[in-house]
Amino acid sequence: MTPFEQVVADHSVTVLRVCRALTGPDLADDAWSETFLSALTAYPCLPAEANVTAWLVTIAKRKCIDLLRRSSRQIPTHPLPERRSTDPEIGGWTYDLHEALGALTDRQRTAVVAHHLAGLPYSEVADLLGGTPAAARRAGADGIAKLRTIYKETP
Amino acid sequence: MRLTRALDRPDDDAHLADLHAHLAQRAEQDQLLDVSYRTVASPVGELLLATTQVGLVRVAFAREDFDQVLSLLADRVGPRILAHVAPLDAAARELEEYFTGQRRRFDLPLDLRLTHGFRRRVVEQLPTIDYGSTASYAEMARRAGSERAVRAVGSACATNPLPVVLPCHRVLRTDGSLGGYLGGPEAKRTLLALEAA
Repeated sequence: MTPFEQVVADHSVTVLRVCRALTGPDLADDAWSETFLSALTAYPCLPAEANVTAWLVTIAKRKCIDLLRRSSRQIPTHPLPERRSTDPEIGGWTYDLHEALGALTDRQRTAVVAHHLAGLPYSEVADLLGGTPAAARRAGADGIAKLRTIYKETP
Repeated sequence: MRLTRALDRPDDDAHLADLHAHLAQRAEQDQLLDVSYRTVASPVGELLLATTQVGLVRVAFAREDFDQVLSLLADRVGPRILAHVAPLDAAARELEEYFTGQRRRFDLPLDLRLTHGFRRRVVEQLPTIDYGSTASYAEMARRAGSERAVRAVGSACATNPLPVVLPCHRVLRTDGSLGGYLGGPEAKRTLLALEAA
């Protein structure tokens, strides 16, 4: 079995992007840590033929949902960033993108993240969403189309 | 892709290194790791040090190929392996002291699970050869309790999981010639010269 260090090396950037896309910048680091800690615990039982990226994205999605639920129960400790149309990048962050991602349905957002950020084929995205690969492809395409209308910088 | 770029930050390399260090620390606290490892510089080239929760389990020379060493550790000890410096602080310090001539004996918890049977008896006897002296393969066979197993002593030394710390470099041929060494003949000469100084 591949040493877990190699799994982290190969996927740490992707998992961070996925967590940032699903939770926004403030919770992404915690989501990254929770994802790899949980993955490490389960790693010895991962079947040899499993798609490691799909496995990690599945864990990351679950951890992101948990963190968002937990944080929505707490009173925010700092105000949300102000939107300034002349300066969309605050500290290197494009907040507009997160607002745009927030406007997608859960299915669309997951499909966009899993396919366009993590590079999973729609057959794997379908496992993540439930439903057929065709439905997953449609969710991904709808998500990208919606992002384009809201967030002009989308591919 | 623009979506990807919009999610990245210029300092992400350093940031991911921090996240990795934090992960390793938490994994150690929760006792989730089969093996922690790090590398250290030494006069015999870069060394890989690996530890389990029991103790130091592997010292490897660069010529052994660290990736291959880690794969073998994954198979034989467990795949939950992370680069993590802290659990190897004591081992790194003692090696540093040894290489600068300030230490003659290692005082570290060891995990000998990678060696078995007669080979294990041989490597366990290696610290009985004093710093600065040498013993023959035949002598080591005697000390391990099997006088005729001279060849087996050779293979025990060749597969010693903890070279330097368990001093197989102090074992020479009966005629005084060098014999083989996991780290190469040059490394063996360097260690013997260091101890003779």
